[in-house]
Amino acid sequence: MTGAQIAARAAKHVVIPKASGKDRAFAAFFQALMYGAIGLSMLALATLLYDVARDGAPRISWDFLTSFPSRIIPANSGIQSAIYGTLWLMVICAVIVVPLGIATAIYLEEYADRTKWWNRLVEVNIQNLAAVPSVVYGILGLAFIVRGPVSLGRTLLAGGITLSLLVLPVVIIVAREAIRAVPPSIREGSLALGATQWQTIWKQVLPGSIAGIATGVILALSRAIGETAPLLVIGAAVNPRFNPDGLGSAFTALPIQIFAWTQDPNREFVELAAAAILVMMVVLLLMNSVAIFLRNRYEQKW
Amino acid sequence: MGHRTSMVRRPSGRSRFEGAVKGILFGAAAVSVLTTIAIVFSLLNETLSFFGDVPIGDFLFGTKWTPQFAADQQSFGVLPLVWGTLYLTGIGLIVAIPVGILSGMYLSEFAPRRVRKVIKPILEVLAGVPTIVFGYFALTFFTPEVLKNGLGLDVNQFNALSAGIVLGILVVPTIATLVEDAMSSVPQSLREGSAGLGANRVQTAVRVVFPAALSGVVAALVLGASRAIGETVIILIAGGQQANLSLNPYESYQSMAAFIAATARGDIPTGSIKYETIFVVGMTLFVFTLILNMVSIRLVRKYRQVYE
Repeated sequence: MTGAQIAARAAKHVVIPKASGKDRAFAAFFQALMYGAIGLSMLALATLLYDVARDGAPRISWDFLTSFPSRIIPANSGIQSAIYGTLWLMVICAVIVVPLGIATAIYLEEYADRTKWWNRLVEVNIQNLAAVPSVVYGILGLAFIVRGPVSLGRTLLAGGITLSLLVLPVVIIVAREAIRAVPPSIREGSLALGATQWQTIWKQVLPGSIAGIATGVILALSRAIGETAPLLVIGAAVNPRFNPDGLGSAFTALPIQIFAWTQDPNREFVELAAAAILVMMVVLLLMNSVAIFLRNRYEQKW
Repeated sequence: MGHRTSMVRRPSGRSRFEGAVKGILFGAAAVSVLTTIAIVFSLLNETLSFFGDVPIGDFLFGTKWTPQFAADQQSFGVLPLVWGTLYLTGIGLIVAIPVGILSGMYLSEFAPRRVRKVIKPILEVLAGVPTIVFGYFALTFFTPEVLKNGLGLDVNQFNALSAGIVLGILVVPTIATLVEDAMSSVPQSLREGSAGLGANRVQTAVRVVFPAALSGVVAALVLGASRAIGETVIILIAGGQQANLSLNPYESYQSMAAFIAATARGDIPTGSIKYETIFVVGMTLFVFTLILNMVSIRLVRKYRQVYE
């Protein structure tokens, strides 16, 4: 349907002799509904934060941050191993996802000929991967990386690779948008001065889009550290009383520790989950602030 | 210029380098295709050996899902898990569809710029909250304090109502953002035409802009549904871990994703029937979300063609 057809149809149906009281009442009612809908989302977020803060804040202390989890005494229990695990996973993810995501985005935006079927396949495939449930990535990790062809065991590296594959589509999609925002005139100017295509990309396109790409990477990493399901499926350790000491080490992460505590019948352990959530949310908030800062400070206006 | 270059050049070192770069970049892009192949391969492999043990008809149409029982009492009918997934998603969408559409419509058609500047980041924060936090919220606040104490409902500690509603809240930002995008890409001339015929803003939004953006709106809903179907942790924590084929929202239900996460732990032996159930349920879930996602991609493409 074209715009003109829609307008014609609209003109046929919307016949309003004068603003009747009924119309005005409906408009007021509908606006109230919309305010209600927006208000509901805000209320949900506020209640959620309030609930977590109320349960968790009294539990946060230096001891909580630096102790290992205890199965028996909630008061001696902490999240040191979970914090270390999450930091390790974040670094592994960044190392894998940054080159792979940016390279894919550059290929799709700067090189791929869209009339070729394999390039369209890559594109549709990435859209689909972005919508595959995270628990399915856990299955992939279990069958392919922990066991099977790669057989890394239940290690940090296996967890990091699984999470990387999960967030890779996010990085690619955001990086593509950033690259697309660099106007063609920049590329044409560079090529006209005799630069090769790669020189143009490396010296002009990437510097011009780096802020957007960095934002995408940070968003992807903050998604990765909040993921629970894939790590559960590949078998992260529960309540380990040691920090990971390398890529081949067993590990836990903040969401896994939180999940383990919510499953505990002892109410005091459940409150520890809230405290760990608070720590995780602070980390996420910091990362998002950095992303917003980067976006505002370095974003190029063309 | 010391020398003439012929029209057809031999590949120089420089252009060979350019070719190599292109090859490397394509290699990176191929990783995502390999990921898909690996997912399908690992799912298919164990699914096929599962169907060597259990007839496919028993799996698809059986109404009892009891893999945790002893071998002679095990039953592998997937319907309770599929039903649990759809039931919870349904409850979620009852919340998320009206709230998401109305929020998106408000942001696109009504919100003053200053209000938008406040609301958009809040929705982004809501979208960025890890799902385990929603699970915690459903278990420790929504079920006991809102449903039990507030509304006086006789719900179980783990129940579909709480998990479903919180699932809906999770999906609201997804739907609202996509609906806003769909509606704001409707050309301004339609709004002007409608206003010129004497319609007020609500009439314009509801009867002109909304129908014009309909395929985008439907794509948003489909994507929201696909997100809800694949969501794991909220249901695992607050919805319970009991396969259930009933209609009572106060009871405990299990979804496909929650079953996978509850069953797959590190120490499950490879090749056991329990191990295979993870994959066959994962395959079912994968097919569900794949279909929904293809539908949504089609719809988005269709509505882009109209105005661009």
